Amino acid sequence: MLRKRIIPCLDVRDGKVTKGVNFLGNRDIADPVELADFYSKCGADELVFYDITASAEGRALFTDVLKRVASTVFIPLTVGGGIRTLDDFDRVLKCGADKVSVNSGAIADKTLIRRAAERYGSQCVVISADVARKDGGYRVFGRGGRDDTGIDAEEWIKFCVSEGAGEVVLNSIDTDGVKGGFDIEMLEALCKSVPVPVIASGGAGKTEDFIELFKKLPWVDAGLAASVFHYKEISIPELKAALAENGIPVRL
Amino acid sequence: MLAIADYGVGNLFSLRSSLKSLGVEAKLVSNPEELKDSDRIILPGVGAFGDAVKKLRETKMFDALKEEAGAGKPILGICLGMQLLLEKSLEFGVYEGLGLIKGEVRPISEVIPEGLKIPHIGWNGLKFKPHPVFKDIKQGDCVYFVHSFSAQNCPSVIATAEYGAELAAAVAEGNVIGCQFHPEKSGAVGLAILKSFCEI
Repeated sequence: MLRKRIIPCLDVRDGKVTKGVNFLGNRDIADPVELADFYSKCGADELVFYDITASAEGRALFTDVLKRVASTVFIPLTVGGGIRTLDDFDRVLKCGADKVSVNSGAIADKTLIRRAAERYGSQCVVISADVARKDGGYRVFGRGGRDDTGIDAEEWIKFCVSEGAGEVVLNSIDTDGVKGGFDIEMLEALCKSVPVPVIASGGAGKTEDFIELFKKLPWVDAGLAASVFHYKEISIPELKAALAENGIPVRL
Repeated sequence: MLAIADYGVGNLFSLRSSLKSLGVEAKLVSNPEELKDSDRIILPGVGAFGDAVKKLRETKMFDALKEEAGAGKPILGICLGMQLLLEKSLEFGVYEGLGLIKGEVRPISEVIPEGLKIPHIGWNGLKFKPHPVFKDIKQGDCVYFVHSFSAQNCPSVIATAEYGAELAAAVAEGNVIGCQFHPEKSGAVGLAILKSFCEI
């Protein structure tokens, strides 16, 4: 039986891990290589790295971080942030990434997912959608949650999967950083019939939030969070033990 | 010297790093002579079966791998590399494989119930028969899978993973071993399997 995955997410700026509340007000908290190793030893099933630097120097620092992580941590690594072209895919895959997550890049270039899936395989292409409620519907946001693209989220996710995205990360802007639980309603509305793995993101504040996620939405494959892990508000070994006690299959 | 057969598909960074962390220096090899010089061979791979066979033939490693296997050298195929060890594949056409292990590569959709997601992606527990590569792991230990095709009609399955059906997770005939999962991405359990392979 497939295990539910617990995925810490590391936002990396200028070679350091940051985490913003509602995407704003980032502050540096740790060395990503050290943190990645710590999470891997704690039983994290996968790691996501978002490159949130804009500068070329920052980008070089990021690929260096990635290489160092991939040399010491032997669990799947997903990389996102600033992925706009196949060259960007190439750059991070060569540094040890297993999957590449696209967001704004796929919105700007609607052929990116298809071209990437054809070259690297669908298993390599993850669509990460930042979604918020707007005007009675669900809307996709770009640029780290700042720009309302006007795109309907349900249609967007369907389009990305039909283009070859092999996994969907649904990040609820409405619950992100609030620590009041995952956005069950949004996940149910947008991802229930998605035929590829679905990763829930945004809102985890305590162990019970993960239990609620996997109990209410058994088709969700993974839960992703950042600050609650970074600030040790949730310990991954304890989280996994609690999930197992609640009959949710996890890798112990 | 451990040779990693490099035929231009897939990312070998993690595989090399994982071996390095075990103190095993691996060399990327792309010609028959260097394959011959090695003590053991890992055949990695992601991507499509047909392309991989074409590239193995172009580099003349296709026949060399068969010879080395015949000579008793330990060979470990990983993911697509495992599938290449079988007799044939039905992925996007019908292709002949190395034929070092009996069986064929067919879509997992033929054996798992409808409604389950494909590919089979994620961590799944192993149920295995005694084998030297599993000497340091426990029944039920999890490893990381990413695949849509699997070894079928194969009498040499040494490990399975449950995903609506018992999918072949590892196969072996003598010195030729294959694992469908990625040991280089399976944490401590995966490293233990790689280490045991290096000690065969």
